[in-house]
Amino acid sequence: MKNRALALYTALGLGYAFLYLPIVLLVIYSFNASRLVTVWGGFSIKWYGELLNDEKILDAAWLSLKVAVINATISTFLGTLAAVVLVRFRRFTGRTLFTGMITAPLVMPEIITGLAMLLLFVSMELAFGWPDGRSVTTIVIAHVTFSLSFVTVVVQSRLAQMDISLEEAAMDLGARPVKVFLVITLPIIAPALLAGWLLSFTLSIDDVVISSFVTGPGSTTLPIVIFSKVRLGVSPEINALASIVVAIVSVGILVFGILMQRQEADRLRSERTAADQG
Amino acid sequence: MAPRAAGRRHPRVLLRRWGRTLVGLPPYAWLMLFFLVPFLIVLKISFSETQAAVPPFVPLVSWAEDAVLQIRLNFGNYRYLITDELYVDAYLNSLKIAGVSTLFCLLIGYPMAYAIARAPRTLRNPLLMLVVLPFWTSFLIRVYAWMGILKNEGLLNTFLLWSGLIDQPLQMLETDFAVYVGIIYSYLPFMVLPLYATLEKMDLSLLEAAADLGCRPFRAFLRVTLPLSVPGMIAGSMLVFIPAVGEFVIPDLLGGPDTLMIGKVLWSEFFDNRDWPVASAVAVAMLILLVAPIMIFQHYQNKSAEAENR
Repeated sequence: MKNRALALYTALGLGYAFLYLPIVLLVIYSFNASRLVTVWGGFSIKWYGELLNDEKILDAAWLSLKVAVINATISTFLGTLAAVVLVRFRRFTGRTLFTGMITAPLVMPEIITGLAMLLLFVSMELAFGWPDGRSVTTIVIAHVTFSLSFVTVVVQSRLAQMDISLEEAAMDLGARPVKVFLVITLPIIAPALLAGWLLSFTLSIDDVVISSFVTGPGSTTLPIVIFSKVRLGVSPEINALASIVVAIVSVGILVFGILMQRQEADRLRSERTAADQG
Repeated sequence: MAPRAAGRRHPRVLLRRWGRTLVGLPPYAWLMLFFLVPFLIVLKISFSETQAAVPPFVPLVSWAEDAVLQIRLNFGNYRYLITDELYVDAYLNSLKIAGVSTLFCLLIGYPMAYAIARAPRTLRNPLLMLVVLPFWTSFLIRVYAWMGILKNEGLLNTFLLWSGLIDQPLQMLETDFAVYVGIIYSYLPFMVLPLYATLEKMDLSLLEAAADLGCRPFRAFLRVTLPLSVPGMIAGSMLVFIPAVGEFVIPDLLGGPDTLMIGKVLWSEFFDNRDWPVASAVAVAMLILLVAPIMIFQHYQNKSAEAENR
């Protein structure tokens, strides 16, 4: 028994090492003074300084941030509506098609989605004259299309776990459906909305394949810049940039994780009390 | 079915019919227009001929001068795919790389998911968070991190040379090996999550019962735990396998010039050769290959959503 537990935790530890070692090494080497990325030439933060003077990267980062925020907001709105439809409306025409269109983007290879989106935009432009070329708009539309499914899955599971009798009680007391949703349902599923927003934000700010298809002149996102640099080989500036991204994400996720942990503890506690009462 | 009966307890009219339509219409319309229609267009253009113009394809449906609707179906692109060995090899190789990577993800991910699911309750969420965290940091950056590790004068070679295990740097970057490592590394969290979900939900009293009846722990694992975790194994495998087949960034950055993967082929048809109809045909062929795995994934996804709805 002891041996089995030991083997199990060893496997877990090795798994974590596999997941984290590359990132840790990347961060360490971003402080390397030497231009030869893998030869240690002493501690230095000069690559961070160079990064801050790189107009192209800063512009791209700002654009990516804007796209990600707009995308996350639209995706969360549409994804939440889709989740309500899936959980609360049991039967409606076209349900199979709808669930299919929600789950397919979760696994669809990005390269297919990217090609399909671009061909749509080109065909639409030919037919209606809109969208006029590729721009931030087309990137946002493409990003929303694949992120909204992720929001739906997250919100759907929260909505399904929710105690429906709270909604029923509010209805019995005469509240209109919209009011019930805004006053009762929305606060309860809010953590899932936040999780969905963050998830679609991350998916958007990280996307390179789909963006490459639907981007146009003057709308180069950060991943596109990174990708074109990285294709030429390892570079110390990219190490620095990567470390900054890792730092921001880690802090964000840690804060969010602690919040969720607390929520989850609350939920477990209330479930236990409910179970105790019978 | 039990869930149906429970569903009737719903308030009969949650929203009036028009209200429902109002709620459902935006996401439905969005997905129809931006997800379903684009695939039909890809299908359409895959039957079209290439032309050196903007856009670089001949319209499929056009009004001829005498106002007769002309439809030109051109199977040439598909014939090209089947007869040119490059495409067939690329498809087969993608399936192989995705399949082997999925297997390795399962072998690495299962013990991890199992250990987390059997850890003390308070530790489970933090441990799971640790698995998910790398997924939140940029995918591109994580793939890039391996370039620095695997290259000839990279960290792994430096370490192996220093330890005396090898006396010549090994060529690891720009090989299929690097592609395997990249895919396994990037997709591991997708395997662990669904596995954890099924293992955590498992009724442990089944194992107690097996033990009471004299079953050894390892045998109990094989006969009870393993079969019960099959849905998680399938869901996780699909989450890894399907995107891995069409993966482009990983073979492009870590693979060599002879790493044949269909995602790379599609990319170069589109961006380098500007042959949109052939790129579309490649995409359609890839989708046909993936229809069965996608259906399996949807089946398990819907089942787990229904289980939650109960």
